[in-house]
Amino acid sequence: MIRAALTREEIATQNLIAEVSESGNGATSVFIGTVRSLNDGRDVTAIEYSAYEPMAEKEILAILREASGKFSVKSLVAEHRLGEIQVGEASVVIVAADPHRAPSLDALRYIIEQLKTRAPIWKLEHYTDGERSWVSAAEGEPA
Amino acid sequence: MTVTVRFFASYAEVLGRQSLVLDLTNGATVRDVVAHVARLPGAAGLPPAPLIAVNHSYASHSEILANGDEVAFIPPVAGG
Repeated sequence: MIRAALTREEIATQNLIAEVSESGNGATSVFIGTVRSLNDGRDVTAIEYSAYEPMAEKEILAILREASGKFSVKSLVAEHRLGEIQVGEASVVIVAADPHRAPSLDALRYIIEQLKTRAPIWKLEHYTDGERSWVSAAEGEPA
Repeated sequence: MTVTVRFFASYAEVLGRQSLVLDLTNGATVRDVVAHVARLPGAAGLPPAPLIAVNHSYASHSEILANGDEVAFIPPVAGG
């Protein structure tokens, strides 16, 4: 099964894990991207995520399908959160399940790297001093 | 023909708008839309060759548009 979604709710990682669970799987790998308290030397209080929603969902799904083909992984689920997210909360969760560990781990790396460069999603960082700024992938450090 | 142009994030902020409907002649390309947008107030905040999507897929500036197309200006992405 392959599924991608954008959500404004807190991401229920356990539900995603349950979704891909099946007895033939020997490995379930999980990537959780969280909002970090420090970026580029500035103290971050929260990040506001926005997206070109239909395209972002379509693009993430396309990335999952590519990863499934490239690494022969059976089950992939990804959810990306939108709206204001506090420090420490998850902005993205990706789960890959497979009979074996290597494909599921390789798929996760591929998916998060591609998602960061291709999915039309933006973040506006809010800082402790009250300022805010748009983060571009080139400036932001990878999660 | 008409196309809908959409702006997001920092681009929507500098242009002060999220969308625009443009009347174009048949055979118009993405490049024509980019040229039109470059004349709007605030457009100095956009790069000369912004990333573009047509109908939810990344597109080149030479792509020929059709009536009803949605042309989106995509600022540098930062998901994850």
